[in-house]
Amino acid sequence: MKRILLVVAVVTLYVLHQDIWFWRSSHLVFGFVPVGLFYHGLFSVAAALLMWLLVTFAWPSHLEREVEEAEHEEGRGA
Amino acid sequence: MIPAIVVFLYLAAVLYIGIFAFRRARGKEEAEDYFLASRSLGPFVFLFSLFGTNMTAFAILGSSGHAFNNGIVTFGLMASSSGLVIPLTIFLIGTRVWALGKKYGFMTPVQMFRDRWECSHIGTAIFVVQAAMLVPYIIIGIMGGGTTLYTISGGVVPFWFGGAIVAMVVMSYVFFGGMRGTAWVNTFQTVLFLCFGAIALIVIGVGMGGFRTAAQAMQTSPLAPLLTRERISPYYFFSYTFIPLSAIAFPHILIFCLTARKITQFKKTVIFYPICILAIWLPCVFLGVMANRVTDIPQIREKQEARRVLATQGRTMEPEQRDELREKSAGDDVIMLLLQRYAPLWLAGLLGAGIMAAVMASDSQILALSTMFTEDVFAFYGGKTRFGESVQVQTGRIFIILITLFAYAVALQAPETIFELAIQYAFSGFAALSPLLIAALFWRGSTKWGALAVTLWTAAAVVAVAIFQAAVPAPAPGPSTVFWTLGGREVLSRTPGGTAVFGFMPVVPMVIVSALLMWLVSLATKKPADSTIAKYFAGGRQS
Repeated sequence: MKRILLVVAVVTLYVLHQDIWFWRSSHLVFGFVPVGLFYHGLFSVAAALLMWLLVTFAWPSHLEREVEEAEHEEGRGA
Repeated sequence: MIPAIVVFLYLAAVLYIGIFAFRRARGKEEAEDYFLASRSLGPFVFLFSLFGTNMTAFAILGSSGHAFNNGIVTFGLMASSSGLVIPLTIFLIGTRVWALGKKYGFMTPVQMFRDRWECSHIGTAIFVVQAAMLVPYIIIGIMGGGTTLYTISGGVVPFWFGGAIVAMVVMSYVFFGGMRGTAWVNTFQTVLFLCFGAIALIVIGVGMGGFRTAAQAMQTSPLAPLLTRERISPYYFFSYTFIPLSAIAFPHILIFCLTARKITQFKKTVIFYPICILAIWLPCVFLGVMANRVTDIPQIREKQEARRVLATQGRTMEPEQRDELREKSAGDDVIMLLLQRYAPLWLAGLLGAGIMAAVMASDSQILALSTMFTEDVFAFYGGKTRFGESVQVQTGRIFIILITLFAYAVALQAPETIFELAIQYAFSGFAALSPLLIAALFWRGSTKWGALAVTLWTAAAVVAVAIFQAAVPAPAPGPSTVFWTLGGREVLSRTPGGTAVFGFMPVVPMVIVSALLMWLVSLATKKPADSTIAKYFAGGRQS
């Protein structure tokens, strides 16, 4: 379930990148930042949060174990 | 001239870092130490050097230049899509490649492919295609160095000489310092640019009388479309999300993934990558757009005039005249021009050094090419066994000199802007190679013949796009030149900025066809032995 939610989060963020709703808007946020640029700045922050979720809940820790085991066996072999 | 002197001091500093790394490694003439820093990079150096490796002249000069002519769309096109896709690929692919490198001693992607698919000459074919597409990236670095030094010195340092200096400095610290020197220099450069990017934004903003005034004036002027994305089609925008797939397929990035001491060092890189992209690209894109409001820099006015003439009279001009105007309107140097105009001399020098830092990211590509040549060709075809590891490292160093000289010679001739050169060939090509990695790591049923099909298709597609764009001149801004239609639908068009296939950039069909070829050809051909598959997947059973 956790994995499915993370996949959904990744796909959702990918879809949100195509923000056609701000395509022709020249509205300025805080009086100087174009809204399309502001949105994609926030998108970058959201991407960082998503990466934090992936690292926290889907970290491939088995890879580290495999490497440690291989190094251990190598050490014993030598 | 003061800014140029500061930049020269900076170049001396990076040279020293490279030589310091050389002293640190003295006595260790081992390939793994020279090419991978003994797989020992810590978390801080790993994050900043991996990020710095990906930040080239294209990111800084190309992005502000593209934003100058196309508006804020540049950030969504290249930065925010990269902020999602690149860390995701590092998370999924980079960590797995690191583990395989640790377990089986791989130093290049081709070594892994040869082992994974039990192939030899097909690996060589992959090496050739990778190397051919990596060279333009190196050329970009040298061109960016030449442009930066020319602009920052007010034209005193000519382009050819600036490019030569940058090429010499990069070549020297890569030659002496290997991966350790390159990683340290990249870390230093990234930190420098992250600090000075923010300062540049503030100084230029104050100099322009505040961004609020400039942005609001722009909103009510004919330049207002630059604050939106209306100059770019949604198809084109979507296409760009395929480009960041190239990052993990670039050999220098994948080789860099092998340098981490522990897998946990990927965690910070994955999380902070989008923030680093935001910190560097946002100021560059914003300043590139705002440069359009600057009225007291003659060079910027000339660029705008060239753009205006191209848009209004381009249709009736000869292709050569259009190319000339395109070159005149290119904004690769707008950030440097803004700095010269608004920053105090000493600060312009420091900021120029920061820009130079990003420009010089071609070091990793040069080292990667050298690593690939010595491991995938020299060692694979018996050189290491016959001459020993020390000769292998020396061969790598000689290769570094030769490839730098070659890239410099080409940089002097290349007529295209930094941005176009990078995107059209290297990025699309490497994105099309990304199915190789995905198949090798996640699909037991993939075969060497599938890999060969992907490699040949990628090479053919890159060459075809290059020939098409050379044969059909780019039209003036506005509607594309339709080359081929099918049932009333545009299939192939020449756009002002490149090529469109069904309205998408070529990278979209290139990646999709690559994935299909890998799938179909693998289904029809013989799989590697179960024992080989078992090295990569628990169980070892074919699917």
